[in-house]
Amino acid sequence: MTLTSTGTRQQINVRVANVTKKFDDVVAVDNLTLEITGGEFLSLLGPSGCGKTTTLRMLGGFEEPSAGSIYFGDRDVTNLPPHQRDVNTVFQSYALFPHLSVTDNIAFGLRRKGVSKSEAKLRVDEMLTLVDLEGRGERKPHQLSGGQQQRVALARALVNKPQLLLLDEPMSALDAKLRKTMQLELKRIQSQVGITFLYVTHDQEEAMTMSDRIVVMNRGRIEGLGSPRDVYEQPSTEFVATFLGASNLVAATLERGTGDVALAHHAHGTFRSPAHRLPPGLTGAVKCGVRPEKIQIRALGDRVAADENSLTGRVLISTFMGVGNQYVVAAPQGEEFVVYAQNSGQTHAPRSGEEVLLTWPVEHSFVVQPSGDQSPEGESS
Amino acid sequence: MRSTRGRWLGLYSWLLLAYLLVPIIGMVFFSFNDVLAGRPQVSFQWNGGTLRWYRELTQIVGLPESFWLSIRLAVASTIVATIVGTLLALALVRYEGKKFRGRRIVDQTLFMNIAAPEIVMGASLLGMFASYHIARGFTTLLISHAVFSLAYVTVTVRARLQGFDRHLEEAAGDLGSTPLTTFRLVTLPMIMPGVLAGAMMAFALSLDDFVVSNFVAGTTLPFPVWVYGATRMGVPPQVFVFGTLIFLLGAAAAIGSLVMSRRGMKRT
Ligand SMILES: Nc1ncnc2c1ncn2[C@@H]1O[C@H](COP(=O)(O)OP(=O)(O)OP(=O)(O)O)[C@@H](O)[C@H]1O
Ligand SMILES: [Mg+2]
Repeated sequence: MTLTSTGTRQQINVRVANVTKKFDDVVAVDNLTLEITGGEFLSLLGPSGCGKTTTLRMLGGFEEPSAGSIYFGDRDVTNLPPHQRDVNTVFQSYALFPHLSVTDNIAFGLRRKGVSKSEAKLRVDEMLTLVDLEGRGERKPHQLSGGQQQRVALARALVNKPQLLLLDEPMSALDAKLRKTMQLELKRIQSQVGITFLYVTHDQEEAMTMSDRIVVMNRGRIEGLGSPRDVYEQPSTEFVATFLGASNLVAATLERGTGDVALAHHAHGTFRSPAHRLPPGLTGAVKCGVRPEKIQIRALGDRVAADENSLTGRVLISTFMGVGNQYVVAAPQGEEFVVYAQNSGQTHAPRSGEEVLLTWPVEHSFVVQPSGDQSPEGESS
Repeated sequence: MRSTRGRWLGLYSWLLLAYLLVPIIGMVFFSFNDVLAGRPQVSFQWNGGTLRWYRELTQIVGLPESFWLSIRLAVASTIVATIVGTLLALALVRYEGKKFRGRRIVDQTLFMNIAAPEIVMGASLLGMFASYHIARGFTTLLISHAVFSLAYVTVTVRARLQGFDRHLEEAAGDLGSTPLTTFRLVTLPMIMPGVLAGAMMAFALSLDDFVVSNFVAGTTLPFPVWVYGATRMGVPPQVFVFGTLIFLLGAAAAIGSLVMSRRGMKRT
């Protein structure tokens, strides 16, 4: 299962500078600026129709930006056709050549580069093993299942070991087990060969576990960018907070103060949050939030520690989910808080109707700019 | 329930087949019909079987020549119409708006080309050749046949192209092939069935065209025009022999393509 090593290569950064793409009057990508570091694994997340595929297509050379430029290293490739870019794509629709066998599909790129037939055959066989399709090389794509076709598409792109690999939901049709194996293999190839990955997925967990960095897109713009931990723990906008995982958000007025704690005044009190994590330039009307799993659900009257935010409420719904319990707790003003508690078997599980105390550490509280009507739509798994 | 429906379907199919085949069988049958007295010409009375007309195939002055002319004409016009028609179909499907101004006009013209009565097309072609002082002969026949076949090729290839996944060509480019290589390795193999169907149509149209040919042929007479001329003096039985040959040729081509596609399926 080892790939013929090509040694480590000069890795180039890819720069997307102020790129806009319009289809008639639809703005698919809106003034996007992004620097992809050579060799990194960057994931693109976002609701359906937010411009992920369009971004990939501009990088692959299938679509010309309406404005802006794309650079591979120092080279401006904005108007370069696909066959002159050292980029390969795993298409969302696979795009396997139906009249060619699996082997010929995978060998296609190598043959265009002038690799000899026998050499190509060797490398194709390696790839077939890698994607767990040994002995299927003679088949035609239509004789394979959806998941198998997807793996062929993956192999066809990977075998070329390009500088930049664009993957548009390359594992959407694979079952959980195969997906896990392929994820590991992809990571291994990526670090071994030093390919830069730009990876589109709807699977947040997949994005979190595989990526060096994550980009969250909405309506053609970048809403959040950073390491998976940073984007999750300190979402920069309301959109990111609700699209990536779940968040409890309360409308509040921000008071920056002078210390390292910022105050967010809301209808029935004040939440504190770490000042150094405030998005710059944020003032006035904001939303203050906390992740469901950061909240502790406790008996009314328990002591609240100095570094904790707290709130009382009444349990509306209590759902047992095996590994944990999920509660919906109504605050006095009617806002609903979702709380997720691990089923550690020790804490007492409150029932519906019970009055409870919710507490969470100040450091887990965050403040974001309200996104107006820009709430996420479509998929969020 | 099912078996009654099956029986009716079977009956219907056989009747349809008979309806289509009876004239052809008649032609083949009468190609073996003897002539008892007088000048050899077709009679529709059975005078006993003979292979004489097959032996004397080339004895009628002008007939073999017109037959070969028709074959050459069909091959040449098919090649021209298939190449031009396929490229036209590609342009019509792939480009629109600013990249292909006048696309609608070309599209409408194609439709008119198919819908226009042949006699109108023949007359106007003749008028055109006459006003440009182009001598009538093989060239004018070739131009005319290519023109009326072209629209059919375009329509057939276009139908094939409309179900074509554009991502396939993008994928080929992505994997490093130039637009020309992409056309050779991906586009053409994919639309080949459409191209072949169009070519067969063009061949058949050219081979049995009478109306247009009659206008533009001059003294170079293709098979149908020659036969028409011969009816005034009596059609020699050899005409049936040539008709039978053409039919066998067509049948062989059809069976050949069937076998090829069967084998193609088994191989994968
Ligand atoms: N060729 C096109 N012509 C017109 N509009 C287009 C075209 N391609 C994309 N769009 C529009 O651009 C927007 C972004 O589309 P895109 O395919 O990039 O979304 P996506 O993020 O990949 O969505 P998904 O997750 O569903 O694949 C959509 O509103 C879409 O309708
Ligand atoms: Mg997409």
